[in-house]
Amino acid sequence: MIQIEGLTKIYNAGGGEVLALDNVSLQVNKGEIFGIIGLSGAGKSTLIRCINMLEKPTAGTIRVDGQNISTLDKKDLREARQKIGMIFQQFNLLSSRTVFDNILFPLEIAGISPKQARKRVQDLLDLVGLNEKARVYPEQLSGGQKQRVGIARALANDPKILLSDEATSALDPQTTRSILKLLKDINRQLNLTILLITHDMNVIKETCDRVAVIDNSKIVEIGDVLSIFSNPGTPTSKSFINTIINKEIPEELLHPSFIGNEQMTSKLIRASFIGASAGEPVISGLVQKYDIKANILYGNIDRVKDTPFGNLTLELIGDPALMGQALDYLRDNGLEIEVL
Amino acid sequence: MLEIISGFNLSNISNILAENAWMLDKVTLATWETIYMVAISTAFSYVLGLPLAIILVITDKGHIMENLGLNRTLGSIVNAARSIPFIIFLILLIPLTRIIVGTSIGTVASIVPLTLAAVPFVARLVETSLKEIDWGLIEAALSMGANTWQIITKVLIPEAFPAIILGVAITTINLIGYSAMAGIVGGGGLGTLAYYYGYQRYQTGIMWVTVILLIILVQLIQMLGDKLSNKIIYKRR
Repeated sequence: MIQIEGLTKIYNAGGGEVLALDNVSLQVNKGEIFGIIGLSGAGKSTLIRCINMLEKPTAGTIRVDGQNISTLDKKDLREARQKIGMIFQQFNLLSSRTVFDNILFPLEIAGISPKQARKRVQDLLDLVGLNEKARVYPEQLSGGQKQRVGIARALANDPKILLSDEATSALDPQTTRSILKLLKDINRQLNLTILLITHDMNVIKETCDRVAVIDNSKIVEIGDVLSIFSNPGTPTSKSFINTIINKEIPEELLHPSFIGNEQMTSKLIRASFIGASAGEPVISGLVQKYDIKANILYGNIDRVKDTPFGNLTLELIGDPALMGQALDYLRDNGLEIEVL
Repeated sequence: MLEIISGFNLSNISNILAENAWMLDKVTLATWETIYMVAISTAFSYVLGLPLAIILVITDKGHIMENLGLNRTLGSIVNAARSIPFIIFLILLIPLTRIIVGTSIGTVASIVPLTLAAVPFVARLVETSLKEIDWGLIEAALSMGANTWQIITKVLIPEAFPAIILGVAITTINLIGYSAMAGIVGGGGLGTLAYYYGYQRYQTGIMWVTVILLIILVQLIQMLGDKLSNKIIYKRR
């Protein structure tokens, strides 16, 4: 649905050049929720703004539903933008218009007949559950309600894709969850492709099918969220995952305990498992087959979008010669192993 | 000057007015002339100043119709016009006023220099209000496919409207002051009245009547401006 190839953006700032995006390529499939995660300044904001040409790329092509956005003239670009919805961190609602008229705004821009437009606004108010707020001005709404208006507004012209620019970053965790749920519902009901950027791994975990990790103007990893969670390929991805998974482990447990036997070795590992694969028999197998003891330091089961995702941090104690085989045994049983 | 100020007391004023019924007519007429002059000039200065302000904003760096050449040129003209003292502006514009109105004396003739003096002021005032608008709102409108005209009429002006109204009040009040100055060189209105009768003929009562009327006028306009602006702001809350 969205194809980005060789996208590069260079800003000229005060005589010097700043490379904001360095040869970025990625593809977003129809109907999926695709997340881009990165720290502030990594380039994700520039990237999402290039997709509707709020930022002009320095090089590269961007196609939305087959149409090359980067070569359109002004008039065609405006028409293309009507089919690309966008929601923002600061909501960006017009204070001069009521909720109803804010949602009407994109329909006015597109030149929809007033009668048709008003009916469409009604439907959208129902969709985001804000019917009783139709006549209210945005100033009177909570953050979550404002973002619902933003979503309704972005959907008004039946967009092919929805761009979400840190849409939940200004919201509290509970409101964030309800907005993410709304986005997931919309994605499912309308089969709408959603591209979101965030710095919050929870957002990726709860909503996204696939994710791209952006660091220092480059995409460092792309993959489906589950496999990146269980097997992050880069330090950047790892540190993002650690922001929501590993932080509960106290620092002193991360250092192997004193064993008191020179023939024994100790290894700290993190084992993760996806879906229904069970951890318990595998670990007892370790003891039986390799005489390796497993000390469970931390464990949890989380949900990545709709799939259970488990995590165990173990201290393995046993014969150094058998340790490698033991790890292979765990891997053969469907566990992702990371030696800490 | 001293005898003018010391001549002030209320009974003096009412006596003058009571004894000289013709004076009352003069004051009423002059008040209407001032209101007429200022109202028309304010209206014209916005007809010209508002578009100028919009052009100054949207042609600025990074805005929706960036055109730095045009922006700098217009900006310099506005600055130049604003740096000329009004009294000199009045004299400089006499030939132009003659061409447009046919005469350089009287109420209608005053409208030309008043309007032209206010245009650059209005342009900067409105420009400031428009620049207050969060860029995110313009970006949101752009992302929906809005064209320049739609952004001006549906985002910039409505969002800045309460501030623009306050600006109208400030401009009107400024123009009342300018109109009194224009009055001294024969522009009509309260300024002419105060100068001819109050100053040149030592009728200090008249002087004070005009001053009090000007004060009342300014207060009323500021109050009206505040009220209107607040009404809009409260409605949006």
